[in-house]
Amino acid sequence: MAGAKSRSRSASIQIRQPPSAWSRVKRNKAAVFGLMVIGLVCTAALLAPWIAPYDPAEQFSDGMTLEGRPLAPSQRFLLGTDLLGRDLLSRLIFGARISLLIGVIANAVALTIGAMFGTAAGYFKGWVSTAFMRATDMMMAFPALILAIALAAILRPSLWIVALVIAMVNWVWIARVIYSVVLTTSQREFVEAAHALGVPTTRIIRKHLLPHLVPTLLVWGTLGISTTVMFEASLSFLGVGVRPPTPSWGGTISESQSFFLEAPWLVAVPGASILLTSLAFNLVGDALRDALDPQLRSV
Amino acid sequence: MLVSVLVAIALVTPPLWGQSSGRASMVVTFKDDISTLDPAIGYDWQNWSIIKSLFDGLMDYEPGTTKLVPHLAQSYTVSADGKTYTFKLRPGIKFTNGRTVVARDVKYSVERVLNPKTQSPGAGFFGNIRGAAAFSAGKTKEVSGIRVIDRSTVAFSLDKANAAFLHTMAINFSHVVPREEVQRLGAQFGHKPVGTGAFRLREWVLGQRLVLERNPNYFLRGRPYLDRITFQVGVEPNVAFLRLQRGQVDVLGDGIPPAQFARVMSDSKLSRLVAVGDQLQTGYVTINTQVPPFTDVRVRRALNMAIDKQRIVRIINNRAVPAKQVLPPLMPGYDREYAGYPFDREQAKQLLAEAGHPNGFSTVLYANNTDPNPRIAQAIQQDLAAIGVKAELKTLAQSTVIEAGGTKGQAPLIWSGGMAWIADYPDANNFYWPILSCAALTPGTWNWAWYCNQTVEKMVEEADALVQSSQASAREAKFREAYRMIMNDAPWIPIFHERRYTMRSARMSGQVALFVDPIHIPVHYDEVKRTSQ
Amino acid sequence: MGGYLLRRLLQSVVILLGITLITFALLYLLPADPARMIAGRSATAETVTQIRAELGLNESLPVQYARYLARLAHGDLGRSYAQKIEVTELLSSRIGATFLLMLGGIFFELLIGIPAGILAAVRRRTAADQSVMVGAFLGVSAPQFVVGLLLLYILAYKVPVFPLGGFGSLAHLILPAFTLGIAGGGWYARVMRSSMLDVIHRDFVRTAWAKGLSGSRVIWKHTVRNALLPVVSMVGLDIGTFMGGVVVVESVFGWPGIGQLAWQAIQIVDIPVIMGVVMVSAIAIVLGNLLADLVYPLLDPKIRYGG
Repeated sequence: MAGAKSRSRSASIQIRQPPSAWSRVKRNKAAVFGLMVIGLVCTAALLAPWIAPYDPAEQFSDGMTLEGRPLAPSQRFLLGTDLLGRDLLSRLIFGARISLLIGVIANAVALTIGAMFGTAAGYFKGWVSTAFMRATDMMMAFPALILAIALAAILRPSLWIVALVIAMVNWVWIARVIYSVVLTTSQREFVEAAHALGVPTTRIIRKHLLPHLVPTLLVWGTLGISTTVMFEASLSFLGVGVRPPTPSWGGTISESQSFFLEAPWLVAVPGASILLTSLAFNLVGDALRDALDPQLRSV
Repeated sequence: MLVSVLVAIALVTPPLWGQSSGRASMVVTFKDDISTLDPAIGYDWQNWSIIKSLFDGLMDYEPGTTKLVPHLAQSYTVSADGKTYTFKLRPGIKFTNGRTVVARDVKYSVERVLNPKTQSPGAGFFGNIRGAAAFSAGKTKEVSGIRVIDRSTVAFSLDKANAAFLHTMAINFSHVVPREEVQRLGAQFGHKPVGTGAFRLREWVLGQRLVLERNPNYFLRGRPYLDRITFQVGVEPNVAFLRLQRGQVDVLGDGIPPAQFARVMSDSKLSRLVAVGDQLQTGYVTINTQVPPFTDVRVRRALNMAIDKQRIVRIINNRAVPAKQVLPPLMPGYDREYAGYPFDREQAKQLLAEAGHPNGFSTVLYANNTDPNPRIAQAIQQDLAAIGVKAELKTLAQSTVIEAGGTKGQAPLIWSGGMAWIADYPDANNFYWPILSCAALTPGTWNWAWYCNQTVEKMVEEADALVQSSQASAREAKFREAYRMIMNDAPWIPIFHERRYTMRSARMSGQVALFVDPIHIPVHYDEVKRTSQ
Repeated sequence: MGGYLLRRLLQSVVILLGITLITFALLYLLPADPARMIAGRSATAETVTQIRAELGLNESLPVQYARYLARLAHGDLGRSYAQKIEVTELLSSRIGATFLLMLGGIFFELLIGIPAGILAAVRRRTAADQSVMVGAFLGVSAPQFVVGLLLLYILAYKVPVFPLGGFGSLAHLILPAFTLGIAGGGWYARVMRSSMLDVIHRDFVRTAWAKGLSGSRVIWKHTVRNALLPVVSMVGLDIGTFMGGVVVVESVFGWPGIGQLAWQAIQIVDIPVIMGVVMVSAIAIVLGNLLADLVYPLLDPKIRYGG
């Protein structure tokens, strides 16, 4: 089986050319850390109803001070309460669902669309390239905010609309960047030679272009999680996305940020969660890439 | 190294705050832009009181109160049938372009508001002047009900007696403007205003600041106290608060930022700078009486008993008092004895069961998406869920909520926060006609409860006919009766009456009420002064 | 080159027209009534009807759009529904500030991102690399509102180095531009890093680096120049994005940009202003991307625009 063969081949290559022991250990540790974080977040998302200490939507009468201020972390509320007296920890755990769904999946969709557009535009010359790139201009200038407001009013708010709007908006960036990378890569001699030799386009793209795109894709796949989660927050604010009181990490930040100087944990805790999650994906992604493509291992 | 370079730059470039040394001046901040200073058009939080300081109307209110007094008018008389008001202008009042005000200016100003080309939001206030409808429809060239008797006398004839008419002579829309300037400036008049007010416009840098300077020819001797007022726009409330503490700003136009509120009130130095005042405001949930199951009054009453208003008030840091009725406490006609619906979940569930909903039902609650309204809406949502009413929450942009409310049969429940209702003038009928009357029920109405009770309508009409000041207490009594009937029908759940909190720097003095004036919202600029004055 | 430019400009006009049509249609379909918003809460139904007629909002979408285009051809962007003054006046009062913030923001993004990315690439897998990575994620994940407020609190309030927001001098520009720079700098750092690594391990460059010629200025110049390609893309995109207004940063710092204008206009459905801002934004996006496309060949001479 081809898969097993390439795996054993890369394994044997690894053994034959060992990088310094120190960097290998460190790399593994980081990847392990990343996997742990992702595992934690996924567990939280899946088992939320069983592991969350309280109902995330329950507003406790004594979850606020008499003047309506949120409570700092305490024994009862391990991460404190939010501006409606709800337990932040429970909201964090349940919020993992939305954030994983949006941050990872919607981002991945945007990534895929953008990469396809960018590659096609950079590789194929002529009107294909022009049409695709002008399409990106158009989509960037598209008033997504107004579309979001209109959708919120007309349709029932749902996560799919959020995912759709996010995918619509985010793919443009990756498309432009991939375009520039493909542009320069595809005009190099070996690609032109392969093309002249009649190698099928898909093979050229897969073997010669894709490896050079992986770093960029990785950047977007990971940093993009953060920005996407925050974007979901602004969409929910407009009424498009998650319906209150459904918790989401970005939503908690968005509704608490002007209270930052008074209740910093309301921004810091979900913010740290977003940060750690996207960082974790980055660490794992790095390690995965190293394992799967020995040629790029040093990249 | 980089830091020292930056510090050097910062020190060399001068700050641009409108502080002029040696003058009695004041700096006020606002978050949103000031849209216009045209009295016929301006209807925002920011420009309402500024317009009052640039222009004047026939009537005004005693500063910090809701008591009507003549202003541009020296005196007035009311006919016996209450349908004709004759005003005598004070002599010698000048516009800032030098021309004396005459009775014809008063007529012109009101006709301008009624003219559809002006697109004035205030046309509705003058609807019952005789001939107004025909004029607005373009059928006549002037409003027959406004008569210029002589250079300084003008008379208004109404279709029917309206006890709140004098209030409409005090509202911004009736403020007097000079025709020649309006015609000369056209659409620019709102940005180059010429009026009779205590201040005149000195400078307006769009999107940044607006500066007023005192009008040396103002007809009220000794007013205004200040020489100059600078309005900084586009300032976030949290940043405005920081500027106030650094002495760069005198008044927080948007009030104390919610995030700082608790800290300010508990700090001995800062709390002394706080000004508190009641507003003519009520926040409520409208219950669409035409959408089942809310067609049944028992359901509506049940909802009224389900809400924990104290907790909601706590959510906004106690900056409001829980509401039991439609009118706010400051409003003449407020019913001190009315107890309202108790907070009683068991009774609410019982009523629902009686009405045929023992297991509750599902519905939709609309709210606007600016803080703190989504939070308040979620609190209401939780309270409703406690009696079995599962309300899906739709927090949307303001314009779409307003549209949904005005569309028949669309929005079952709406939390009015951030949109409605604050009174245009201190009279009980202002809480009825636009938002609870049968007459208001047209597409696009603000009567989001789609409520219509003909008995109540007739009662209010009768109350409005009680024009004479001797009939004032009878009028109030009639309104109390009307509003009790309304509460009995429960088309609303009144939640709270907001109080306004702001801060003024130690440099400013003047009665506290002037900084949270219920009429000259938010600050009565003519009356405030610096501590040295 | 001239032909290419001409073609791009023509395409840009098509794009702009397309955007105006889409935006116009969206605003038309929006279940919110601008006439009602202008008329306010105390207006009678007659007043609302009259205002709607005055503004030509009764007409069908094609008629309204045609009228809009006709006025646009004369450079007339109409009048704001709320403020009654010309949209061009409103835009010109704010566009300078937006332009400055755009320049400042990109400046800090590059200042933070490029050196950090190069450092991370050259010192790969060391502590420096890791800290740049974590720093990048931190910068990107931190909400701009919070960052801005913190910067103001620390550097303008507690220690009055900078003014507390506002507009008017270089000192006013630094903090808001820096806030934008932190958020974007993380992206630039990561992209620069992976781009550098990609170039370093290509072709003869890999050999040169392996041979220890990494200190050579020629190699450095070649490496960085080629690595800058995706960065150039991002700058082009940033020009477009920033010129469309950055409402959060503008709000926190009181920066009079068109972001705040657009936000307020959307609340009250002030259609002419919304259209005006969308136009400005679209023009900037098209120009920004065009600029990037023109710069690519300067960095990599092998790039040619065939079609």
